[in-house]
Amino acid sequence: MRPDHLLEARGLTLGYDTTPVVHEVDLVLPAGRITAIIGANASGKSTLLRGFARLLEPRAGVVLLDGEPLHRMRPGDVARVLGMLPQAPVAPDGITVADLVGRGRHPHQGWFRRWSAADDAAVDAALHATATADLVDRPVAELSGGQRQRVWIAMALAQQTGILLLDEPTTFLDLNHQIELLDLLVDLNRQRGTTIVLVLHELNLAARYADLLVAMRSGRIVDAGPPAQVVTAATVRDVFDLRCDVIPDPRTGAPMVIPIGRHAPSTTG
Amino acid sequence: MTAVMAPVGTTARRFRALSRRRLGATVVVLSAVVVLLFVVSLVVGSVVVPPVDAVLATFGVGEDATVFVIQELRLTRAGAAALVGIALGVSGTLFQRVLGNPLASPDFLGVAAGAGTAAAAALVLGGVAGFTLSGYALLGGLATAALVYFLAWHRGVSEYRFILVGIGVGALASSVTSYLVARAEFSDARAALSWLVGSVGMATPGLLRVVAVLLVVLAVSGPGLARMLRALELGDEPARMLGARAERDRFVLLGVAAVLVSVATAAVGPVAFVAMLAGPLAAIALGPTSRSILASGLMGAVILQVADLLAQHALAWPISTGVVTGAFGAPYIAWVLISAARETSAG
Repeated sequence: MRPDHLLEARGLTLGYDTTPVVHEVDLVLPAGRITAIIGANASGKSTLLRGFARLLEPRAGVVLLDGEPLHRMRPGDVARVLGMLPQAPVAPDGITVADLVGRGRHPHQGWFRRWSAADDAAVDAALHATATADLVDRPVAELSGGQRQRVWIAMALAQQTGILLLDEPTTFLDLNHQIELLDLLVDLNRQRGTTIVLVLHELNLAARYADLLVAMRSGRIVDAGPPAQVVTAATVRDVFDLRCDVIPDPRTGAPMVIPIGRHAPSTTG
Repeated sequence: MTAVMAPVGTTARRFRALSRRRLGATVVVLSAVVVLLFVVSLVVGSVVVPPVDAVLATFGVGEDATVFVIQELRLTRAGAAALVGIALGVSGTLFQRVLGNPLASPDFLGVAAGAGTAAAAALVLGGVAGFTLSGYALLGGLATAALVYFLAWHRGVSEYRFILVGIGVGALASSVTSYLVARAEFSDARAALSWLVGSVGMATPGLLRVVAVLLVVLAVSGPGLARMLRALELGDEPARMLGARAERDRFVLLGVAAVLVSVATAAVGPVAFVAMLAGPLAAIALGPTSRSILASGLMGAVILQVADLLAQHALAWPISTGVVTGAFGAPYIAWVLISAARETSAG
């Protein structure tokens, strides 16, 4: 696994029916970093991620993986480099945790090249990293929402890709599990150099955990850069239509957004 | 969650050994039961042949009378129950797993109904019988499967749409069949109705050979199909992220399933519910730790063999196999629907 794979969009336009949802985006996802795509609902952030994951074909422009057009590469080759956790996946009826996580090894196997010691090691590493090793023989359907999400992430980890995309991975999780999950992604990033790109709803968590923020509105990138540069009262107003104060996180210094709302006294004005 | 480390794979290996043992044991036991039932169906009948003589007679060894009874009267039927059962079991589990629904069996998706319509039309309108009739049934099943796939296509085939279109096309095919039977001559109508119930006794050596060849091809391509299925049943997007070509794989798997059920139906008529029951019963035998197309096929054979033995010998007079499977399948559907409803209201 080479950790330095580079994913890049050039003039990328994406859409579902006739209407484009993402317009002419140019974006380099730096290798070995954590990038969070933020924006309001329907801003096109998940669509952009799906474009990077080759789940959507470009209307115009191109996605490049290490300089090669993603849509012309063989799916199996891409799957050894680029993995993604889709939003709210549903496991087949009755499947166990070990079975599901093991299927992450699919791109590393073939018709005749079957299960190997490397596959076992990858599955075990994924199970331990996500604290799901105790659940191996449990049916996925019987798990709690947080456990299920961790199991799917374990499957993506077992795939051992240099780039991992995650579409709103913290949705449906309690706050403590959200933090655990994001900590895990940082571990992955630091210890294996995995490039991580995630769509996040929660702005403060994005600012805290990402090296790079990409703020989107109406299918276009409004601003991209380190959190300290992107998270300003002006940008938040532009991106989310939200009046807010931005203060430094007392522990990390990362910018924190404090919404103002209509009822707060205007002392800081 | 602990830090990312590089363990040696003991958890995964232990679990895999466990599930492989269970799978191996299940396949061995099921195979033994299939062989046993095959011998039983050679043994029992108006003349009871001792098991050893029966097995020897299949190779032409023994007294002429015994060899005649086994080879001419019982062997084809016993073989058909096993081989057609495997074809139906594999077909059913493929449909169910590709479409992610335990009720998504060829019994409801129009394929069996389409084969029946084509056979009824050939019989009633053309007076066709025998091998040619089976050919019409085969074409009818394949054409119906293609029609359902085509109608369900809208930027790809979704599972849900395929099931709904399949049920609709199946209902349409059934009503055409009813119309054909209603306007037929009495003797034709009787022949058509008895064909439409389906019976293992209708198989001929020629048809059985076709089924056998198909199963050999299936066995060779089995590992590839299983690999496709393992990715596809996670859903389109997870499958594509694993490098699978989801749309192509679904086409291939549904195509294989449609060919299997069409050939099976051509051989023995539309015997109800074997395809639907095989996968879920095999899953019970396997437990939650493993899934297997092979075990589902063997379970299909066991179901059809047991049903045919009951059909031939349980009552004072023989009845069609389809009557027995229908009687067992209907309560199962009720049970699936009731437990699904309970889960919905509880969840």
